[in-house]
Amino acid sequence: MSINLLAALAAMLTVATPLVWAGIGELIVEKTGVLNLGIEGTMYAGAFTGFLVALRTGSPWWGLLAAILTGVVAGLAMAVLSVTLGLNQHVSGLGLTLLLIAGCEFTFRMLYAGGRPKLDDKFDAWLSDVPVLEQHWLTYVAFLVLAPGTWWVLRSTGLGYRIHAVGENFEAAEVAGISVNATRYAALAVGGAFMAIGGAFLTLAVLGSFTLNIINGRGWVCIALVIFAKWRVWPVVLGALIFAVTDALQLQLAITTAFSDVPREVMLALPYVAVITALAVWGRKVHYPGSYLKAYRRA
Amino acid sequence: MSTAAPLLELEGITKRFGDLVANDSLSMSVGRGEVVAMLGENGAGKSTLMKIIYGLVRPDAGVIRMEGRTLNIRSPRDAMAAGIGMVTQEFSLVETMTVRENVALSGVGLGRIDARQHRARVEQAMERIGVDLQPERLVSTLSIGERQRVEIVKALFHDCRVLILDEPTAVLTPQDVRALFVTIERLRTSGLGVLFVSHKLREVAEISHRVVVLRRGTLVGERVTQEVGDAELAALMMGSTTASTTTTTDTDTAAAAVGLSVPATNRDASSPASPDPGARVPALSLTDVTYEVRGHPVLDGVSLQVMPGEIVGVAGISGNGQTELTGVLAGTLAASRGRVEVAGQDITRSGVGARLQAGLGRLTEDRRGSVIPQLSVEQNLVLEDLPAFTRRGVLDGAAIRRHAEELIERFDIRATPTDVIANLSGGNMQKVLLARTLARRPRALVAAQPTRGLDVGAYRYVHGRLEDLKARDGGVLVISEDLDELRSLCDRIVVLFRGRITAEVAPAEATSDRLGRMMAGEVSA
Ligand SMILES: Nc1ncnc2c1ncn2[C@@H]1O[C@H](COP(=O)(O)OP(=O)(O)O)[C@@H](O)[C@H]1O
Ligand SMILES: [Mg+2]
Repeated sequence: MSINLLAALAAMLTVATPLVWAGIGELIVEKTGVLNLGIEGTMYAGAFTGFLVALRTGSPWWGLLAAILTGVVAGLAMAVLSVTLGLNQHVSGLGLTLLLIAGCEFTFRMLYAGGRPKLDDKFDAWLSDVPVLEQHWLTYVAFLVLAPGTWWVLRSTGLGYRIHAVGENFEAAEVAGISVNATRYAALAVGGAFMAIGGAFLTLAVLGSFTLNIINGRGWVCIALVIFAKWRVWPVVLGALIFAVTDALQLQLAITTAFSDVPREVMLALPYVAVITALAVWGRKVHYPGSYLKAYRRA
Repeated sequence: MSTAAPLLELEGITKRFGDLVANDSLSMSVGRGEVVAMLGENGAGKSTLMKIIYGLVRPDAGVIRMEGRTLNIRSPRDAMAAGIGMVTQEFSLVETMTVRENVALSGVGLGRIDARQHRARVEQAMERIGVDLQPERLVSTLSIGERQRVEIVKALFHDCRVLILDEPTAVLTPQDVRALFVTIERLRTSGLGVLFVSHKLREVAEISHRVVVLRRGTLVGERVTQEVGDAELAALMMGSTTASTTTTTDTDTAAAAVGLSVPATNRDASSPASPDPGARVPALSLTDVTYEVRGHPVLDGVSLQVMPGEIVGVAGISGNGQTELTGVLAGTLAASRGRVEVAGQDITRSGVGARLQAGLGRLTEDRRGSVIPQLSVEQNLVLEDLPAFTRRGVLDGAAIRRHAEELIERFDIRATPTDVIANLSGGNMQKVLLARTLARRPRALVAAQPTRGLDVGAYRYVHGRLEDLKARDGGVLVISEDLDELRSLCDRIVVLFRGRITAEVAPAEATSDRLGRMMAGEVSA
């Protein structure tokens, strides 16, 4: 059997990119003690609005901007539910995901009842790859700017200290003059934007089209990654790569004859199995952020 | 405004929580270079007032002025900007952060923090204040005393002109209290105003220039420290209601408050130990109990017996194994080696339920960790005894209510059965825990820091109940950092140093000085 290593590596980075964007978005949010299960819906909405706006305006840049705004709005919606109203975070997040997916699907079916719209040729410049390892610029930004940037901000800036304090101990944050709720709002807005970029990457940079089910559980994978990474940036990136390796491997294996007997579904499940295994091995004895899942109300 | 305006001035501060008036139109002031003490029982409203000054609680009415200028304090950030620093009563440290990072938190901005430069500043500040801690240690690895010191460094790190200390000595050893007072004095002479909240009369007498006394949300007195006696202050603070529930005179109560041992005749000696033949089995027995963390013994071969009708005290500076000793006995930590028996029954490997069944009672250091905060007083009261209140698999609400009402009455708990326990003051919460444990009639009781942070009334009350248990032939192990408490309460005092019991003394021979030296590791002291 012959597996083209370089092709597999390139495919791996592409597969990992949306996970890195959305995973780091979720990490930022969870560092403040909020579990945002709206991630799956936010990625979906980012993918959809990004595509729709790019298609209508003819500019992927407008599409990307629309996706970012969608993510911010989705994050703020989660903030209103879980921070201001103090509702259960699981319920708020799942509700948000269901609402966003249903809303996007409805709009998509209304607009494109029959055909399957595709971005036209003038997007080629956006879709075509940068020569090195044949990656899209959003991939480079994810690995070379977003990940190290987030790591640095969390470790070495006042903002990072604030996020840490809010996520661990409300009283400590309040006594230090840090607003718990404002910090959470900001984290949800920024995290939402990153999640939406992760979704939009799929429509704008990889497929050039939108399909129902496009996110396909990637948001849930990110939730798992963040826990397995114990809320640290680099392990999230590593986890995304592990997922991507198995996914790329699975694609390469599927086209080799040696594994033609193995059902396709088993192959498709491989990356998810890999993440679950990783979670089971490294995710034990997890210290959750002290204010995880808790709402804060001032006296 | 004239320059004669006091540094900090409060006028008409009022705060209600529902029906409860926590602060009733309070007015007071703190001058430059002045230490003002605020005395008051638990639940008097001291912390509420301090939180209002620091912007943690919004008052319903009232004005706060700094040098005559009216402040609009909406958050601690505003308070810090106005030059107010505070050490809160409950710890407000992030355990997963280092000492340095915690110090950096106060008023932190958004931008880059140069760790090396910041570390140097923190080290300087610690040196100035006389605190010796490694800046890069994680707070979760610090003892309670050390954490308190981090809090103080944190409050003083920024330029502040008024420092609020809410019961800062409640968790400190005598040596640490000394060091703190030296620091306060140093800060005072540099012109700082200090607002010192305490319920220990002796400390107040030593450190303050003026005392204000708070009772049930109202200012009941203001005195110049030098001109007022302990007895008068104690009477002011406790009011007539508390005084009448005790059998002793105000003077005795005051004596207890200042830590003098109360004469034996006044003790709650209801009945002498009954001559039960089986009574010579120790109520609590530890044999070679060792607890190791990563191969390093934190408790190192502790052997100790508490006989029925005996109160044994464990003295020691925090961080010498007290927390682990409590944990190993209470069942939250598993001993690495050794044997623990309650009334002859081996409970070394038993779960918490079996320990309670064997007759062990627990009063642990971490009060808030011993209750389920969202549940009501009555629910918390039956937590350790659910089977007894279950009928056909369902909790019997009426029986629980009756049980709670009886205990509330008997233990003088100032709450209703349905109050959410998280809203109780420390003293009341401790009474709930005491009631819960004593209602089970334990044969042996482990009480860790049983009166930490309590006011004189509650302090005496808790001691009275422990002595009752002793009189009923229960054995009590008291682990405490309050030497006065150990001396007045215990029949024997052992010293825990670096996880070992290094000395034993009779209370009469245990002078502060001698105990202090033993606690510092001088075995032959
Ligand atoms: N956030 C709150 N909600 C309701 N009641 C409170 C709250 N904070 C304090 N209290 C009540 O106000 C009273 C005063 O409490 P506190 O100021 O902590 O007293 P102290 O510090 O003097 O012991 C207590 O009865 C307490 O139960
Ligand atoms: Mg208080």
